[in-house]
Amino acid sequence: MNILFLLIIIPVLTIIGILFTGDNKQVRVVSAIGMTFQLILSAIIILWFLAERNAGNTAEILFASNYVWYETLNIHFFIGVDGVSVAMIGLTSIVIFAGIFASWDMDDLPREFFISLILLSAGVFGFFISLDLFTMFLFYEIAVIPMYLLIGIWGSGPRHYSAMKLTLMLMGGSALILVGLLGLYFNSAPDGGPLTFDILEISRVQIPMNAQLFFFPLLFVGFGVLGALFPFHTWSPDGHASAPTAVSMLHAGVLMKLGGYGCYRVAVFLLPEGAHELAWIFIILTAIGVIYGALGAIWQKDLKYINAYSSVSHCALVLFAILMFNETAMTGAIMQMISHGIMTALFFALIGMIYGRTHTRYVNEMSGLMKVMPFLAVAYVVGGLASLGLPGFSGFVAEMTIFVGAFQHPDIFHRVVTLIAASSIVATAVYILRVVGMMLFGKINNPDYELITDAKWYERLSTGTLIFGITAIGIAPLWLSNMITAGLGPVIHKLLLSMN
Amino acid sequence: MLMLIMRHELLLVLITVILLLVEIFLPADRKQKIILPALILFGVVMILGFIPGPTGRLFGGMYITTPLTLLMKNILTVGVFIVFLQSVDWLKKEENREKISEYFILLLSTLIGMEYMLSSGDFLMFYLGLELATIPLAALAAFERFKEKSAEAGVKLIFTSALSSGILLYGLSMIYGTVGTLYFSDVVNGINGAPLQILAFIFFFAGMAFKISVVPFHLWTADVYEGAPINITSYLSVISKGAAVMILTILLFTVFSKVAIMWKDVVYVTAILTMTIGNLFAMRQKNLKRFLAFSSIAQAGFIFLGIIGQSQLGMTTVIYFVLVYIFSNLGAFGVVAVISNRTGKEKIDDYDGLYRTNPMLSLTMMLALFSLAGIPPVAGFFGKFFLFAAAAQQGLYILVLIAVLNTIISLYYYLLVVKAMFLNRSDRPIEYFKSDGYSRLGLAICIAGLVIIGIYSPIYEFINQFTFGIY
Repeated sequence: MNILFLLIIIPVLTIIGILFTGDNKQVRVVSAIGMTFQLILSAIIILWFLAERNAGNTAEILFASNYVWYETLNIHFFIGVDGVSVAMIGLTSIVIFAGIFASWDMDDLPREFFISLILLSAGVFGFFISLDLFTMFLFYEIAVIPMYLLIGIWGSGPRHYSAMKLTLMLMGGSALILVGLLGLYFNSAPDGGPLTFDILEISRVQIPMNAQLFFFPLLFVGFGVLGALFPFHTWSPDGHASAPTAVSMLHAGVLMKLGGYGCYRVAVFLLPEGAHELAWIFIILTAIGVIYGALGAIWQKDLKYINAYSSVSHCALVLFAILMFNETAMTGAIMQMISHGIMTALFFALIGMIYGRTHTRYVNEMSGLMKVMPFLAVAYVVGGLASLGLPGFSGFVAEMTIFVGAFQHPDIFHRVVTLIAASSIVATAVYILRVVGMMLFGKINNPDYELITDAKWYERLSTGTLIFGITAIGIAPLWLSNMITAGLGPVIHKLLLSMN
Repeated sequence: MLMLIMRHELLLVLITVILLLVEIFLPADRKQKIILPALILFGVVMILGFIPGPTGRLFGGMYITTPLTLLMKNILTVGVFIVFLQSVDWLKKEENREKISEYFILLLSTLIGMEYMLSSGDFLMFYLGLELATIPLAALAAFERFKEKSAEAGVKLIFTSALSSGILLYGLSMIYGTVGTLYFSDVVNGINGAPLQILAFIFFFAGMAFKISVVPFHLWTADVYEGAPINITSYLSVISKGAAVMILTILLFTVFSKVAIMWKDVVYVTAILTMTIGNLFAMRQKNLKRFLAFSSIAQAGFIFLGIIGQSQLGMTTVIYFVLVYIFSNLGAFGVVAVISNRTGKEKIDDYDGLYRTNPMLSLTMMLALFSLAGIPPVAGFFGKFFLFAAAAQQGLYILVLIAVLNTIISLYYYLLVVKAMFLNRSDRPIEYFKSDGYSRLGLAICIAGLVIIGIYSPIYEFINQFTFGIY
C-alpha cells in the first residue's frame, strides 16, 4: 500500500477516535496521539523520499498511486509527491502538531473543535499530495469550509463577520479556480485524445495561447485569494484576528500556502505562456502586497493584526518569487512558504498564550513581560528575529534566495520591483522590534502581570517544536533547498521552453 | 406479459385501489393503522421497480419504456418513499387523522401521472400525465384546509397550473398544426424552425417553465411553498420539479434536438435569470419554507447548465443532479418538517443555538445545505461540478463563471442557516426532542445518499450507460 494514504487515513481515524471519547481530556489525548503519529509519518515520508532520491530514483513523482475514479470523465484519484510537496507535508504536520498542543485548554465544545481542526488538516494533506486537478480541488474545498465553523464558533471579536467574509472570499477564489480547472480540462487534449485532469499529462500538452491568456488570470487570482494576493487579501487580517489560536496558526501557517502552492503547481506550471504574458500585472500587485502588508503591520496595535498583515506581506513575497520564473527565486518561494508557515504559526501560538495571560492583545497596554514569562518572551524574540530575516534562522535563507533570484533578471522592471519588495525588510524590522521593545522589555505597567506564570508543558512543547523547525532550517538549509530545487525541475524546464 | 412494460404504473394503481377499498371499510377510529401497511406496500413497489424487466412500446407508441425512463421512475419512487416517511409524524396529528388514506391516494396519483409523463411517446400522453401529476397536488396543497394559507396555496397552485397548462397546450396545438402529428418520433422530423414552430416552442417552454418555476414564471412558488403543508412543499420542490426537469430534458434533447440553436439561447438566458433571481430573493427570506423555495428556484437554474450542454455528459449530469438534489433537498426539508411538526417553528431565527440542543438534526441540516451549496465531500459538489463541466464542454465559460459566482451567493445564505444553528446562541432555543422513527429513517436515507452518491462513482457510470440514444 502507498504510504501516502496514511496521510489521509490517520486524520480520519483520529476523527473517528474522537467521536468515541468521553470527556475533554480524552479528546485532547486522542487528537494529540493522532497528530503525533502524523508528524512521525511525515518524517518517515521525508526520509524515505530523500533515501529514494539518493539511491538514484529520478522519477518525477515518487510514491505515485493512480486509480480511476469517474471513468467517463477520466477523473482519477492520483496521488504522489515530489520535493516540493514533501516539504509542504512536513510543514503541515509540524503546524498541526503544534496547533493541537496550543489549543490544549479548549473547553467550549472541544470535540467539535478538534474534529474540525483535524478535518481541515486532512484536506490540506490531501491537497498537497493530489496530482489530479479534480481531487486537488475537492481537498481544497474540504480544507476551506471547516474554517467557517472554527472561526464562527470558537473565535473572538467580530467572529461572525470575519468567518463569513473569509469563507465567501475564499470560496469566491475557488469559484475562479473551478472555471480555470474546467478550462484546463477541456483544453487538455488538443489532438482529440481523452480529456484529463492529470497534472502531469496536462503539463505535456501545448494549451492554445488564447486559452492560456483567459485561464491563467482566473487560476492565479483564484489561488491568489488564498495566498493573500493584493487586493484580495482583505479577508486575512479580519479572519486571523478573529480566529482562535490554533486556527490562526493553521490558517496562516498552512492554508495560505495552499494558495502559493496552487499558483505554482497549477497556474504557472500548466499555463507557462500565459504566465509569461501576464506576469507583469501580478508582479506589480504582489510587490504592492509586500510593501502594503509590511506598512500595514507598522500601523496596527493589535498583536494579531500585526501578525496578519505581516503574513500578507510574507505571502505576497511567495507569489512574487513564483512569478520570477527562475530556479533560485522559486526555490526561495517554497522555502519562504515553509519558513513563514512555521514562523507565523509560532507567532500566533505565542499571541494566543500571551493573550490568555494578559487578556489584551494591544501592544501599548503591555510592558515588561520578559520578567514574568521569560520562556514565551524569548520565543517571541526568536520568532521576531526570524521574521525580519536574521541570518541563522529560516527567514533569512528564504528571503535571501528570493531576492537573489529576482535580481538575476537583468531588465529594469524586475530590478525596480525587487528593490521595492526588498525594502519591506526594513519595515519588517520596524514593527517587529517595536513590538518586542514595547511589550517585552521595560517596566511592568500592570500589577496584575506580576502574577503571570510562564509557559506550561504543552505550551512549551508547542512552541518548542516550531522554534526547532525555524532554527533547523536556518542552520542547515541545504538539504531542504536541494530537495526543493530538484522538485522544481519540471516546472523550470517547462518555463524555459515557453520562453523560446 | 406485455403489461409488464407498464409495471411501475400498474403497481402504483394497484396500491391506490387497495388503499381506496381499505379506506371504505376501515372504521373511523382505526384509520391511523393504515400508515404502516401503506408504507410497506409502497416500499415493496419501490424495490420491485429496481428489478430489470422488459422495455418497449405500448398503445401504438404512445407509451414507451426504456431503461432510461425506468431509471428516472426509480429515482422518483425513492424520493416519494422518503417523503412518505417524513410525513408520518404529521399525518398522525389530530387534525389529519381522518385524511390519512386520502393523502396517500392523492400523492400516489400524482406519482402515477409523472410516470406516465416520463414514459410518454406523444404529446397527448405527455399532457395527460402532466395534468394527472398537477391537479391532485392542488388538493394536497390545500390539505390543511383549516389554515387560511394552505387554502390560499391550493387555489394559487390550481390557477397557475391551469394557466400554464393552457399555455403549454396552445404551444402543443401549434406544433400539431405545423407537423400534423403528436408522436415524438414523427414530430422530430417535422420540426424545422419555421416561425410558427418557434412560437409553439416558446409557448411549450413557458408552460414547462411554470412547472419547474423558472424565472420569470416563478412568482407562484414562494407563496405556494409557504402555505402548503411542509411535506407537500418538499414534494413539490423535489419530486414534481425533478420529474418536470427530466421530461423537459428528454424533450429538448430528442423532439427539439434539430432546433437546438433555437432553444439554447432561451435556456441560456433563463438559466442566468433563474439562478440569479432565485439566489437574490433567497438571501432575504426569514421563513425556512420560503427560503428553501427560492433556493430550489436557483437550483433549477443550475440544472439548466446541464441541459444547455445537449451532450451525453449533460444528460447524465441532469439525471445525476436530480438524484443528488432529491436527497439534499429532502434532507433539508425533512429537518424543517420534523421541527415544524414538533414546535411549530419555521423561521431561521428560531434555529438559533439548535446545535447545542439537537446536534443530530443540525448536522443533518448542515450536510444537506452543504450539498445544495456544492461543498465536498457530499454529493452536491460532484453534481454541481459535472453540471459546470457540461456547460464548459460547449465553451460557455462565461455562463459557467456566472453560475459559479451564483454558487457563492447561495453559499452565503446557506451559511446563514448554518450560522443560526451552530454559531448563534439563543435564550430560548428549540428544546431537545426525539424525533419519530420514520423521520429518522428518512433522514438517515438522505444522509447515506448524500455521502455515497458522490464518492461512489459507479452510480454516475450506471446512469451514464442509459442516457442518450433514447428513442
